[in-house]
Amino acid sequence: MEHIRTTKVEQVKLLDRFSTSNKSLTGTLYLTATHLLFIDSHQKETWILHHHIALVEKLALTTSGCPLVIQCKNFRIVHFIVPRERDCHDIYNSLLQLSKQAKYEDLYAFSYNPKQNDSERLRGWQLIDLAEEYKRMGVPNSNWQLSDANREYKICETYPRELYVPRIASKPIIVGSSKFRSKGRFPVLSYYHEHKEAAICRCSQPLSGFSARCLEDEHLLQAISKANPVNRYMYVMDTRPKLNAMANRAAGKGYENEDNYSNIRFQFVGIENIHVMRSSLQKLLEVNGTKGLSVSDFYSGLESSGWLRHIKAVMDAAIFLAKAITVESASVLVHCSDGWDRTSQVCSLGSLLLDSYYRTIKGFMVLIEKDWISFGHKFSERCGHLDGDPKEVSPVFTQFLECVWHLTEQFPQAFEFNEAFLLQIHEHIHSCQFGNFLGNCQKEREELKFWRNMYHQFDRTLHPRQSVFNIITNMNEQNKQLEKDIKDLESKIKQCKNKPTDGILTKELIHSVHPESPTLKTSLCFKEQTLLPVNHALRTIEGSNPADNRYSEYAEEFSKSEPGVVSLEYGVARMTC
Amino acid sequence: MEFAELIKTPRVDNVVLHRPFYPAVEGTLCLTGHHLILSSRQDNTEELWLLHSNIDAIDKRFVGPLGTIIIKCKDFRIIQLDIPGMEECLNIASSIEALSTLDSITLMYPFFYRPMFEVIEDGWHSFLPEQEFELYSSATSEWRLSYVNKEFAVCPSYPPIVIVPKSIDDEALRKVATFRHGGRFPVLSYYHKKNGMVIMRSGQPLTGTNGRRCKEDEKLINATLRAGKRGYIIDTRSLNVAQQARAKGGGFEQEAHYPQWRRIHKSIERYHILQESLIKLVEACNDQTHNMDRWLSKLEASNWLTHIKEILTTACLAAQCIDREGASILIHGTEGTDSTLQVTSLAQIILEPRSRTIRGFEALIEREWLQAGHPFQQRCAQSAYCNSKQKWESPVFLLFLDCVWQILRQFPCSFEFNENFLIMLFEHAYASQFGTFLGNNESERCKLKLQQKTMSLWSWVNRPSELSKFTNPLFEANNLVIWPSVAPQSLQLWEDSTNK
Repeated sequence: MEHIRTTKVEQVKLLDRFSTSNKSLTGTLYLTATHLLFIDSHQKETWILHHHIALVEKLALTTSGCPLVIQCKNFRIVHFIVPRERDCHDIYNSLLQLSKQAKYEDLYAFSYNPKQNDSERLRGWQLIDLAEEYKRMGVPNSNWQLSDANREYKICETYPRELYVPRIASKPIIVGSSKFRSKGRFPVLSYYHEHKEAAICRCSQPLSGFSARCLEDEHLLQAISKANPVNRYMYVMDTRPKLNAMANRAAGKGYENEDNYSNIRFQFVGIENIHVMRSSLQKLLEVNGTKGLSVSDFYSGLESSGWLRHIKAVMDAAIFLAKAITVESASVLVHCSDGWDRTSQVCSLGSLLLDSYYRTIKGFMVLIEKDWISFGHKFSERCGHLDGDPKEVSPVFTQFLECVWHLTEQFPQAFEFNEAFLLQIHEHIHSCQFGNFLGNCQKEREELKFWRNMYHQFDRTLHPRQSVFNIITNMNEQNKQLEKDIKDLESKIKQCKNKPTDGILTKELIHSVHPESPTLKTSLCFKEQTLLPVNHALRTIEGSNPADNRYSEYAEEFSKSEPGVVSLEYGVARMTC
Repeated sequence: MEFAELIKTPRVDNVVLHRPFYPAVEGTLCLTGHHLILSSRQDNTEELWLLHSNIDAIDKRFVGPLGTIIIKCKDFRIIQLDIPGMEECLNIASSIEALSTLDSITLMYPFFYRPMFEVIEDGWHSFLPEQEFELYSSATSEWRLSYVNKEFAVCPSYPPIVIVPKSIDDEALRKVATFRHGGRFPVLSYYHKKNGMVIMRSGQPLTGTNGRRCKEDEKLINATLRAGKRGYIIDTRSLNVAQQARAKGGGFEQEAHYPQWRRIHKSIERYHILQESLIKLVEACNDQTHNMDRWLSKLEASNWLTHIKEILTTACLAAQCIDREGASILIHGTEGTDSTLQVTSLAQIILEPRSRTIRGFEALIEREWLQAGHPFQQRCAQSAYCNSKQKWESPVFLLFLDCVWQILRQFPCSFEFNENFLIMLFEHAYASQFGTFLGNNESERCKLKLQQKTMSLWSWVNRPSELSKFTNPLFEANNLVIWPSVAPQSLQLWEDSTNK
């Protein structure tokens, strides 16, 4: 609390991000220990969690006040104008402190990082049992076993305790291999395809330099290919561009030499590194936030950012992996440099393509737990949870979510979860950057899609106005209600039948029921009428106010000059620009 | 003329058909006067029936004795036929070429087509102007039906019956017609029941360089305004283009002569610019080799989505004038048969819940496109593949359908019809067994005796068995005005129309 000097500022303006005529809402700004809260004159509330703030900027003083721009990690951008400079300065300083000081213990709610220990975290921990998950895949079995080599995190700190390796790989081989791999991340099992008996394994780059080799490592790879009874050769996918991998050789790292390893097929995939991804996203953000964006600027910006190319590269790699397993029944070893960014992306997406379980809500959580958290994706650094090195921040996990979103768009029925679930996860990992567009990489055709709900989640004017999801949920409820009604009616019929009735009465009963159509119709009508109000409540159509939209600005100009004499020259000049 | 003269080889065996996303089919190819038929002659296999009028362009290739014909259709499909024998292949190719470019409308398939279904409701009489007018007459008495154009003498591209202000007599209309491009005097397009505001449309005024004026025209337009109210004239050309039009005898309304109206210029592209845009778009969609970046730059270079945005923005502006400003509007471009109709019809989609139903949308097409004289015959003569570029060919109607699709995507529960309905309309506008989209205006359709000699598309579509394919299961009628987003981030490529 010591950072908060001003808790309440009145007459603050919230600018419309895209308006070219500086439309705004006026309201009151509150600063609390955890949130920044803005309540406008319509009593609409905007809550911003301090941890979500990526960047606070104080712009040059204007006649109407001091502008304060806040960029959030969930891609919300708010632009306030505070009437007095001193207030603005106070808030600015407070936010700078509050958004950066967070320790692990302070981080909000549902993060998948196992080092945290608030109650929700615990619940998530208990919900997902990775040993159970490996059992589901069908390991341990005759070829794969649980290794206790890393029980005390002795061999590799960034790996989990429980690792699955080929049964024929002895502990000395594992230890030897881990010394030959960057950060000790030796090849281990990520996913086992029970039906094809093929495995996805992951590791980091070998410390091969220009000529170094390691017999234990060669043995371990041999063991992995032997663990696959169907296919003797295995793929080794280096997810980096070849140039990057070669550059690493000079630093004593590098990639596998096909001559030293028997039965491997080596393959570069060419996914760029975290720095390229970060700046790509940054470029998109700039395009995306442009006022009065034209269609061609949008697409040329989209293209020059390269974001879609990166997404496609990740998807292509995952498709390659999935094909190797399903078509050729070959095991695949995936690595990049350290084996926690690109490797996580490719392994998890590949598993998602292969196994429908990961397309359920529970399965997706397991997947994230397994391939991202337990194998040491550096969420804190990549998402900038703490005030650390900005160069370690990168939208690697955001890209993964986007790839999944693409798949949900292409195969809407294959996923148990929806877009909101992905957004919710994104919200909770405190992702750091912004502005993505999506393209997609199905082989037959390329389509372009921009994940509007991700990058314009808070720009209500750009949203789809009707949610099919709501309607379907609503319909489901109606169906349930109707089914219940049917049951009620059936039980009533039974009751009626059970009633002791004499002949005349039953005749009357039949008679009263028999001119069935009119009674049935009226009851149906009645049903519709009773259901309608429910629909009304749900049928809120966003943006039914045209003032929300860009095209309204012309009209705004009119209404200003409307009451007096209209100056025609002005109108014409305005219209032609 | 006999079709048989044009068909040099009516039948070839062992032809292999390749289509994207389908396995190849081997079968017998037959040419008839109107169709190209390929059948494998086995049970349970689909036969290909392709209308010659659907063929936009063909390419021939030879590898040894095996000839290949690549057929590019107006609905953007591309199919490939492998024909054994060079002579057969050449014969087939030249026959297709001749049959797909017949000059005379009366030789087109609709004049030969006999329906296999029972006609429940004759579509030619489904949407009569009188019936449409009845919908308004309960709400207002300020308008009347005029039969001034009965013989198509006043305006050749208008229907015989139009809706005009009650206070303006037919004599005045005749005078106004001489002052408007193509005789297209201002008529009622839409009446907004909520506040009584109207959309009118017309051709450009023929002011010329010396600023001609027409008292009757001014009187007619002013007659639509309520006391003390102002109106907007939306010109679908930029001010520059409108000014240039004066040199050719056209022009725009001078403020001095129309003091109660404010003019807004919104530029919507015309003709060949749209056609080129479509050609580039289809080319980009058919290029399977390109990577993500080239695809994006090609999409951008086609400018297709920019045109969509321009049209939608103008339509939203028009709707906003009506609903939010409470002002009537007059819309025109040059002829008033293209961009004008895009704007008036889209504004109605936004404002009028009825036009989002299947029947309402059909009525809208009938009223704002067919009766209003959009020259379908000229605009839809060729599509994206044809090399002979005629300046009157233009995908104006396709752009309109694409705009509707954009709104439908943003409001998936507000439309009674689905995407297939829009695609069906697009296909039939370019090639059809029905007479609905033949001819350029009502006058031509009358001369062709389409009502007597051909079947209406609506007779077929409005049968329950067909309707079920076009119904949106999520539809929930709502009486609201729907305001779509026109930001570039909100617009998407309508893949299903271009990727066949």
